[in-house]
Amino acid sequence: MKFGIIQFPGSNCDLDKLWVLQDVFKQEARYLWHKDTDIGDLDCIVVPGGFSYGDYLRTGAIARFSPVMKAVADHAAKGKLVIGICNGFQILCEAGLLPGALLRNRSLQFRCEHVYVRIETQKSPFTCAARTHEIMRIPVAHGEGCYFADPSTIAELKKNDQILFRYVDASGKVVDTASPNGSIENIAGVCNKARNVCGMMPHPERASEEVLGSADGRVVWESILNHLRGVESVPESVLAGGH
Amino acid sequence: MIEPNITPELIADHGITPEEFERIKGILGREPNFTELGIFSVMWSEHCSYKNSKPVLRTFPTKGPQILVGAGEENAGVTDIGDGWAISFKIESHNHPSAVEPFQGAATGVGGILRDIFTMGARPILCMNSLRFGPIDGNDEAARRNKRLFAGVVGGIAHYGNCVGVPTVGGEVYFDESYEGNPLLNAMCLGLLRHEQIARGAAKGVGNPVFYVGPATGRDGLAGAAFASRELTEESHEDRPAVQVGDPFMEKLVLEAVLELLQTDAVVGIQDMGAAGLTCSTCETASRAGTGIEIDLAKVPQREPGMTPYEIMLSESQERMLVIVQKGREAEVQRILDKWDLPWAEIGFVTDTGLMRVKNHGQVVAEIPAAKLANDAPVYYRESKEPSYFAKTRAWKLSDLPSLTDPQKVLPELLASPTVASKNWVYRQYDHMVQTRTVVCPGSDAAVVRLKLAPPPAKDRYLAITTDCNGAYCYLDPYTGGAIAVAEAARNIVCSGGRPLAVTDNLNFGNPMKPEIFFQVREAARGITAGCNTFGTPVTGGNVSFYNESPAGAIDPTPVIGMVGLIDDIAHITTQWFKNHGDAIILAGNAVDAADPYLGLGGSEYAKRLHHIKAGLPPHLDLATEKKLQDAVLALIRDGKIKSAHDCSEGGLAVALAECCISRHPARNTPALIGARVDLSAFANGTRLDALLFGEAQSRIVLSVAQESADAVVAQLQAAGVPAAVIGAVGGDALEIRTGASACKWSVNELYDAWWYSITRKMES
Repeated sequence: MKFGIIQFPGSNCDLDKLWVLQDVFKQEARYLWHKDTDIGDLDCIVVPGGFSYGDYLRTGAIARFSPVMKAVADHAAKGKLVIGICNGFQILCEAGLLPGALLRNRSLQFRCEHVYVRIETQKSPFTCAARTHEIMRIPVAHGEGCYFADPSTIAELKKNDQILFRYVDASGKVVDTASPNGSIENIAGVCNKARNVCGMMPHPERASEEVLGSADGRVVWESILNHLRGVESVPESVLAGGH
Repeated sequence: MIEPNITPELIADHGITPEEFERIKGILGREPNFTELGIFSVMWSEHCSYKNSKPVLRTFPTKGPQILVGAGEENAGVTDIGDGWAISFKIESHNHPSAVEPFQGAATGVGGILRDIFTMGARPILCMNSLRFGPIDGNDEAARRNKRLFAGVVGGIAHYGNCVGVPTVGGEVYFDESYEGNPLLNAMCLGLLRHEQIARGAAKGVGNPVFYVGPATGRDGLAGAAFASRELTEESHEDRPAVQVGDPFMEKLVLEAVLELLQTDAVVGIQDMGAAGLTCSTCETASRAGTGIEIDLAKVPQREPGMTPYEIMLSESQERMLVIVQKGREAEVQRILDKWDLPWAEIGFVTDTGLMRVKNHGQVVAEIPAAKLANDAPVYYRESKEPSYFAKTRAWKLSDLPSLTDPQKVLPELLASPTVASKNWVYRQYDHMVQTRTVVCPGSDAAVVRLKLAPPPAKDRYLAITTDCNGAYCYLDPYTGGAIAVAEAARNIVCSGGRPLAVTDNLNFGNPMKPEIFFQVREAARGITAGCNTFGTPVTGGNVSFYNESPAGAIDPTPVIGMVGLIDDIAHITTQWFKNHGDAIILAGNAVDAADPYLGLGGSEYAKRLHHIKAGLPPHLDLATEKKLQDAVLALIRDGKIKSAHDCSEGGLAVALAECCISRHPARNTPALIGARVDLSAFANGTRLDALLFGEAQSRIVLSVAQESADAVVAQLQAAGVPAAVIGAVGGDALEIRTGASACKWSVNELYDAWWYSITRKMES
């Protein structure tokens, strides 16, 4: 499958995305420069983490105006996949491709730690390979990851099953203290209504190899690949032995 | 503007002595003008010239088969790690700026060390930092100030490192009264490069154009190097303009552009504009190449109008680089700089005159022989005298220390001591996982990273990295303290499964003009040298920070050692925490060191924290014993016999055992606690209980191994000449320590709570 990874000035997880897609999952992956207008034919665009344009104003506030973002919007409008991780999530929200916004962490400090994240639905290209309510042990690293949306948007997200990931405790319960940032309803990631654009604060690329202490994040990449290959669903028995 | 006349007062204001002024006149064959005086003052400051430390630095072992670029040759040393790959690493202080403006002071400290590394052609893959502050207990004015400095420094490091995308994988933080008003920030960076990628800071090739890359020059950081070479006073906050302001986003662009530039062979030489900015980068590159350099300041991008040549030459505005380009290849360089939207300007060219000639709008404003400016600062052999405080500290006897009555209460108290307590409040603010290299996150003896080499070599290698120094030990005996800093660093590397490879050092001391301070410098350096020789770890470079004095006096001497080790196989990677119920716990080394008159309690955290005593002698260290221990433990790790290894340091054996039980932390709010039953009765006879539990005897490692291999491991250690004994077993939900007649039992939850949340509680109260 063909992946494009956007490089904004200040992106710093671009190399990690290339590594996980190319070296770990053996996929075709290349960088997209922020000034690119023609991005060619791609199956999935990855908007990586980092501090695009320094993020001095507000995370993602400047990146959304990059020439490449027009191409991303066109790509998404065709129903093709876009996944934004960390700063990528912030940018997709700023660009209006995802609902809601990411505010400063409740602690007012940057947080980098492993957290538990529950996959809330398998009905998305980004989670379709997951077991029911699968829990990932996965790193976060952000200063502004506190997801916020107004009550009607949240109601809409729930109604449409758009909440893909929530912070939970080790036993899988949604409790306030499980969230590293104070996000509303412990939301860690969402998708758009058409379900082809996803944003998440946790870093699946940092939990895709055993040597890094967790391979739980692989399920996100495996879901994307399954979806692109047209694998509708995988029997639970197969998945149990998988990641 | 009319330049001031050169008067004796002006010369003194520039920190130049009458003798140095005569030397300058000798070099120039005339009196310097104002700009030239400024140039000499920064280049001949301690920060740039090492004029007071050179005789000491020359004593360090700097050679070894692994050294590709040695100490002092370039911005940073380069060390071979095999398969055509190398690492470049260095530690550098930003103490004075951090004292005056902690957030920006720390941020720009990180920025500066990153530039030193990528200037070598290496991609920075990790940062570490070694920090010292005054106590943060309570809420009086001093504690509040210390907390503000601590929070500011940590915030500044996070701000810069996180944005640039280089993981901060570990370090150390100590709290002690001596750092009150003069905190220490030593930032370390390590980069990865191919042998053939090593870049040089030399202005070669007469006629080659000189490029200025990066943001415009402003008045910030004016003469920061000179500022760093003075004692801090009540008025130091007025020097705030001498602290630079960092822009990590710009640094990230410069980093990427420089690495892309160095992939071409269009760049002949490169140097960052760090301390002493444009001055240092021009004269040093010319000096290294044996050439001259001519620049016109009118071409230098300037942030504000009306800047004088003096200000432009001395500015320490951040994120700027000097690049010497192969003539005819300018367009290629410009294309890359434009791609990254970086400001640049061609400001001059390489000459064969040997002169650093600075023009402003065509008029010469400074003309100085470059090599003499860069290399001919005077070298001072400072007077040294044994400190008079030794008489007092050494008059103290162990028998003066009241005997320990309630260990039950003491262990949680020591675990909550900020120096011992978990530093999660610090490292959770640092992105320590970006670049997906971090195999062992902060919280074990050393950080471990993978290299992700491309193409992958036959066998993956890993690096273990640590920084260490106990200032109290160095205060009580600088020689032993210096040697222990190296020994402990090596022990941490070994406990992580690595072979010690090389070190970088950051010598933090008071004013070297004071003979008692210089004694500390000289002795600590002697200790470091002895340590480095023992472990085969040459010094690849580093930094000296003098004048760390506040009105209350000098800091404890703090020669920080940053050590890197190589781990040859993923199976060797070892962490400090106990793994499985039923495993045997082995103490390698003597429980109590009979050769130490203070039984490991001199300068100990126990004596300081519980009894407010910093006296006696530091723990006794025998380097040969230490080496035997480390070799034996590493051999066992490589044999696959060891499940966990943790060195005994601050807080002694009881703290080390507790940390083995409580430090595994797989995820937020989810520690993996495990208990242990330990019996120290065999060592308890005739010794002090406080020494046994909390003494900081050196050359000790706590191991855990599968029960069935315990006897063999003990036998193998003893055969190597290392005292060893099974002291207990892993399991349960409490740490029990039996010491002859008495026994203590702590729930691991209680210990964890005291240790994990201590700093957070203090910072949030």
